[in-house]
Amino acid sequence: MDWGWVQDHLDEIQSLFFQHAQFTLLALVYGFAIAFPLALAATRWPRLYTPILGLTGILFTIPSIALFMLMMPFTGPTATTCLIALTIYTLLVLVRNTVEGLRGVPREVREAAEAMGYRRFKQLFRVELPIALPVIIAGIRIAVVTTIGLVTITALIGFGGLGALFIDGFRQAFGTPIIVGFTLSVLFAVVADVALVGAQRMLTPWARGAGGR
Amino acid sequence: MITFNSVSKRFADGTTAVDSLSLEVPDGEIAVFVGPSGCGKTTTLRMVNRMIEPTDGVIEVDGKNILKEDPAELRRRIGYVIQQIGLFPHRTIRENIGTVPGLVGWDKKRTQERVDELIEVVGLQEDSGDRYPHELSGGQQQRVGVARALAVDPPIMLMDEPFGAVDPIVRTRLQEEFLRLQQEVQKTIVFVTHDIDEAIKMGDRIALLSQGGHLEQYATPEEMLASPANEFVADFLGGERGLKQLALISVSDVDAQSGPVVTLEDTRAHASEVAGDANTDWVVVVDDARHLRGWVSIEELNGQRNVGEGNIHAFSAEVKSGDSLRTALNAMVTSRTGVAARVGEGGIYEGIVTHRLINEELSKPAQHTPD
Repeated sequence: MDWGWVQDHLDEIQSLFFQHAQFTLLALVYGFAIAFPLALAATRWPRLYTPILGLTGILFTIPSIALFMLMMPFTGPTATTCLIALTIYTLLVLVRNTVEGLRGVPREVREAAEAMGYRRFKQLFRVELPIALPVIIAGIRIAVVTTIGLVTITALIGFGGLGALFIDGFRQAFGTPIIVGFTLSVLFAVVADVALVGAQRMLTPWARGAGGR
Repeated sequence: MITFNSVSKRFADGTTAVDSLSLEVPDGEIAVFVGPSGCGKTTTLRMVNRMIEPTDGVIEVDGKNILKEDPAELRRRIGYVIQQIGLFPHRTIRENIGTVPGLVGWDKKRTQERVDELIEVVGLQEDSGDRYPHELSGGQQQRVGVARALAVDPPIMLMDEPFGAVDPIVRTRLQEEFLRLQQEVQKTIVFVTHDIDEAIKMGDRIALLSQGGHLEQYATPEEMLASPANEFVADFLGGERGLKQLALISVSDVDAQSGPVVTLEDTRAHASEVAGDANTDWVVVVDDARHLRGWVSIEELNGQRNVGEGNIHAFSAEVKSGDSLRTALNAMVTSRTGVAARVGEGGIYEGIVTHRLINEELSKPAQHTPD
């Protein structure tokens, strides 16, 4: 471990970390923006669920490097390529957990809401989504942790956040950048996950001790 | 008033759930829909707030065709209580009760006051207001369910087996409390159950439905028990129809016979004469202020100068004017005398209830208006 190298490269490490965080956040935001309407559609029309899940599932199984190669002819080695890939990988878990969360709303609760005189959209946003929130957040947690890991791979096309440190280290057969990159990305994942758990506890005080509902 | 006019419901698979149903639920009354599973009772209930749409026919609430109203608006004017309760798990008890006031746009203060009032009315503990539903017992949750349905004081309530999921002791208590509450609030209620005893207890009228949604009889519990329309109704009412009927008549509805009554100071000879006139071998004993002391057998008075010296037995059960004739009958069969002694305020003797009185009451034509 060469602390002198770390000292000399603090600025670089910092900007790589921000890039990493930025990619993660954007991938999640785009992913959710696509997954949420898909999940609503799959809940509203159950017949759509299997094809939607199948499609996002197939996308999820494409090896990341193969996906980059597939996209190269269209978007080139750009940040866009990275973001599209990262976004695609979040879809499966976000769609699945949102649908499962909404399906987990007890039938009698939905029936009661309807009978109280809720209109469809208000019922969705005021009753069903809040009740589905713990399951949805569980999906977001998985997506965040997975994405933080995946960002390091996008370093292969030049936009990899902390992953760039791995490549540097390999090229120079020099361990320090690898250790720094590894430690920071693991720490980032852990901190993000803990933060999401905290957010969930704050947003769903009713779910404590409710048997995980 | 809720009016069903030739209402039918056929499902897409061809089954008929409700078959040309016509009946009226008068204002302020509880109409209980009862029948075996598959008789369309829940379907009928759910057509009133348009959770299910009829295939044919018209349902009117206060003369207005509900199919011409906006479903959400309609539902906000109809309270809804179901067996599974369906409280919102993510909202506190107060927020649950305040649901419909929120939907119809009451301000915070008005909602708060109403919620406070309802927490008291349905018998919830004050401190349960800020809890979440899962922290309450089933019985308490159903109280919240009832409070939530009453929140904007809707004129109509739909109750689908509301007390079906709680244990028998809690159920009896909730039923009685609800009947007391109903006397005050006078809602027009459609109440669904599969339990004929609950129907008899809760209903001002009972609609007995059979498989496929045929209405077999629509009558007051008294009428139905006294003259079931057909064999299906008689079967469904069960084997203890007479007893069920007695449970609906209170002791004060029949005139008590004064019975063979003597005071403590009366002589043996007098007691013997009174018993002889009444064709019994015992007499009822009261004191000067007509407090019931018990009964004494003439044989046991042998050798005593007056009644007070005799061996006075307490009646195994005394009945009060509010008790049912069924309770009186139970007292009669467990007493050596074969009658039930009826007492009023402060233990004052009012008379005796005999088998003959009960027979006469059962053979009367049914009362047509429940009180």
